[in-house]
Amino acid sequence: MTSVAVGDETAMRRIGVTVNGTLQAGEVSVRLTLADFLRQDLKLTGTHLGCEHGVCGACTILLDGRAVRACLLLAVQVDGHSVTTVEGLAPSATVLHPLQEAFCAHHGLQCGFCTPGMLTTLVEFLKDCPDPSAEEVRVAISGNICRCTGYDSIVEATLSAAANMRDGS
Amino acid sequence: MSKAVADAPPRLAPGKGRVLGQPVARLEDGPLVRGRGLFAADVNFPRQLAMRVVRSQIAHGRLVSLDTAEARALPGVVAVWTAAEVSDIPPIPFRATKVRGLEPYCQPILARERVRYVGEPIAVVFAEDAYIAEDAADLVVAEIDELPVVLDAAAEPAEFLPGNSTEPTIVRKEYGDVDAAFRAAHAVIELDLSVGRHSGVPMETRGAIARYVAAHDVLELHGTAKKQHWNRDEIARLLGRPPTGVHLFEGHVGGGFGVRGELYPEDLLVCLAAMRLDRPVKWIEDRREHLVATNHSRQQRHLIRGAVDADGRLLAIDDVFFHDQGAYVRTHGARVADLAAGMLPGPYRLPAYRVAGHFRLTNKTPAATYRAPGRFETTFVRERLMDAIAVRLDLDPIELRRRNLVTEAEMPHVRPVDTLGVDVVLDSGDYIGLMDQALAQFGWDAVQRDLTARRAAGDCVGAGLAFFVEKSGLGPSDGVRISIDATGGVELVSGAASVGQGMETALAQICAEALGVDYRRIRVVRGRTDRIEFGNGAHASRVTVMSGSATYHAALAVRGMALDTAAQLLQARPEDLAIEDGQVVRAAAPGVPLIALAEVARQMGPNSPLMRGRTPGLTAERWFYSEHMTYPYGVHLALVRIDRATGEVRVEKYLVANDVGRAVNPMMVEGQMVGGFAQGLGGALFEEFRYDERGQPLSTTFADYLIPTLSEMPAVDVLIAEDAPSPLNPLGVKGAGEGGTNAVGAAIAAAVDDALRRPGAIVSLPILPRTVRRHTEEPT
Repeated sequence: MTSVAVGDETAMRRIGVTVNGTLQAGEVSVRLTLADFLRQDLKLTGTHLGCEHGVCGACTILLDGRAVRACLLLAVQVDGHSVTTVEGLAPSATVLHPLQEAFCAHHGLQCGFCTPGMLTTLVEFLKDCPDPSAEEVRVAISGNICRCTGYDSIVEATLSAAANMRDGS
Repeated sequence: MSKAVADAPPRLAPGKGRVLGQPVARLEDGPLVRGRGLFAADVNFPRQLAMRVVRSQIAHGRLVSLDTAEARALPGVVAVWTAAEVSDIPPIPFRATKVRGLEPYCQPILARERVRYVGEPIAVVFAEDAYIAEDAADLVVAEIDELPVVLDAAAEPAEFLPGNSTEPTIVRKEYGDVDAAFRAAHAVIELDLSVGRHSGVPMETRGAIARYVAAHDVLELHGTAKKQHWNRDEIARLLGRPPTGVHLFEGHVGGGFGVRGELYPEDLLVCLAAMRLDRPVKWIEDRREHLVATNHSRQQRHLIRGAVDADGRLLAIDDVFFHDQGAYVRTHGARVADLAAGMLPGPYRLPAYRVAGHFRLTNKTPAATYRAPGRFETTFVRERLMDAIAVRLDLDPIELRRRNLVTEAEMPHVRPVDTLGVDVVLDSGDYIGLMDQALAQFGWDAVQRDLTARRAAGDCVGAGLAFFVEKSGLGPSDGVRISIDATGGVELVSGAASVGQGMETALAQICAEALGVDYRRIRVVRGRTDRIEFGNGAHASRVTVMSGSATYHAALAVRGMALDTAAQLLQARPEDLAIEDGQVVRAAAPGVPLIALAEVARQMGPNSPLMRGRTPGLTAERWFYSEHMTYPYGVHLALVRIDRATGEVRVEKYLVANDVGRAVNPMMVEGQMVGGFAQGLGGALFEEFRYDERGQPLSTTFADYLIPTLSEMPAVDVLIAEDAPSPLNPLGVKGAGEGGTNAVGAAIAAAVDDALRRPGAIVSLPILPRTVRRHTEEPT
């Protein structure tokens, strides 16, 4: 690894990161955010930037299965790790993840801008808590801002998806 | 009334249809849940440059100099522009005002001699990528001589420019003998009420990506929303190009709410740069910029007086208000002040009315429309007045409203004022009937008993309600073209736009119902100036009314054409035929397909012998015209609990009741109500653009500007009524986009008063904990 002078924002570093199951290797600027790496370098534009200061949750991705905000990480920090974005949730081009299905069925989105972050956050949550109460769902996504739906339909969608996932597993 | 057109369609019978009126899944959702949408920031072109705007950090001052040398010298920087480089471009024009004399107050695309708010664009940097552009923008040095700021719209006006004060106009409306009514009044109630500065703040910030396609001599603008055709025409005019040489494209739009899709300085700057620098230019607003650059809204102070007789019946209202427009007059002109003045009387019988809206500039971000513009504000003001009248006359607030609400028998109710340039005629409604339904659904009487018990146990709890009238379906026109191709696919091209509300699904449902096809086979094209010559866009809750009615009309026309051709082919009479699920059938034997629409479309192709001498294609374009708006209405009921120690107001239970004439998709209408409520809740309790005494904005992150999260959201109950279909359009629809927001501030204020046991305690929004605590700490 090359050493980087403090404050040299033009320095480049090689990273290798598994994104949605595929190893992506490349040279990135040390100041490139993970969100910009995904969106610009890998053209995975499903990870949305709503505030770039970690409040809104739209850019949430799964880092080694844990929900984190891609706007608050640098690309170089995920070297050697595994990232799942919203594009990696559906099992195939014709089949949706149960959460995606439920969001469509229960009108869990309007403009759809916050949706990727909602989905990734909830994928992690349902893994930890497969049979949640409505109150637990509300706490789980209390850090994701939606400006359109008023959230009720997202809670309903999540409870429905959890039930379907329990039935399916 | 709506103009009769020669072949105007019959009114659609009331009741739910096969697909119209059903809560079907949205067509929009597939790509959005997969992260395959196309929001502004997702648009990229080869060789594109990033634009970064340098913004004033001073609220008011003389721009002495701008040193851009260091920025220009940074590797990767292609150009840096100040006002000098764009002096040939006129300021941003108006589209929505009939008020004259506002021109001196238009915003230049880059500040010239003066800066007037923190966030005003003073220079732009173009660089190879967004990181370099941001670095370079930080290197631009502005020398600004600070001038005194105006931050209170109710203070004496100051000088804007020599010869122009900070009060460009006063919006006045009046009817009846107001002075006589006050002289004859049993009681006069006066209030001083304020609504804070907040706005739409969609989750997607603004963005604009322009490119000049030399091969076709076309300038393209991507990332657009709301008003593509008007914006196209204005961009063309300001840049000196023919409108056919400029096209606007809409991808996905991450929330509009009134603020997105107006013509802003950045839109013109990227277009100009794409032409002059001969490379695509991309600008994406960051969140801090958004909070100081995109339209603010709402801030008004009202001094209202109401005159009533001994029974509490309104005799007159006299209102003087101060509208805080911010630093410039943008595309809307004085529209919000005009709407406030025109809509303030709301649902009540009001014999005399006088209003003077002082439209004033201050050194804040310019303001314009936000969901329920002029109505969120004036519903708060009017309903506060009604509550105060009830207290003064010792009447139940519901009984007081019952005495004053316009009755069903009085519809249509002509109110001798105008707004948005059209006369206010409340078209239909059973206001009292809806109030009774809402009280029953909320369990108002049981809630009152419960409140008594809880208060006895020490809880600080209360309930309140507020009635509202919305407006929707602003004309004058919209057109839709529907075509069926040789595979049976249906394309619906509309001059409307999508702001994420689900308009593709709504229009597809209307088309599917009228035409007899599966709504999922309909491709809805919107927001594109290259596909339809005219359009009035998506705002003012107009799409389902205007474009929906045009869709219905065009779909029936296409159906008629298909049946005529099928009748020829089948040697039948068209009136004996029908269309079911894309197949022509005999009306008497609907289960037996005779010929597919796909085949009919093939037979209507340009080379078909049937078409010789005629215009080919199974396609029709129809227009809907309306000279009057349609007025949805409803009532909000709130139950709140106050934490005496912190002053926190928690909404425990809420009902939005709203008559929308006909719900095209009840699931989506409910989504509009609940989502609209969440925005109203923000304005009622949390959201505010605050400034310090020098005009420095204090709400520049999501840690300071507080949008409701799930933690603040109560369970919201929705009552969608269809009791009063609009007589003004064939579907009977009224807009559903704004009623969820309209009365939230008013209803919560009433509930907080009730919890505090202090009638009239709440005189301003948002209701902040420190205000509440002042009341909980004071001895009663």
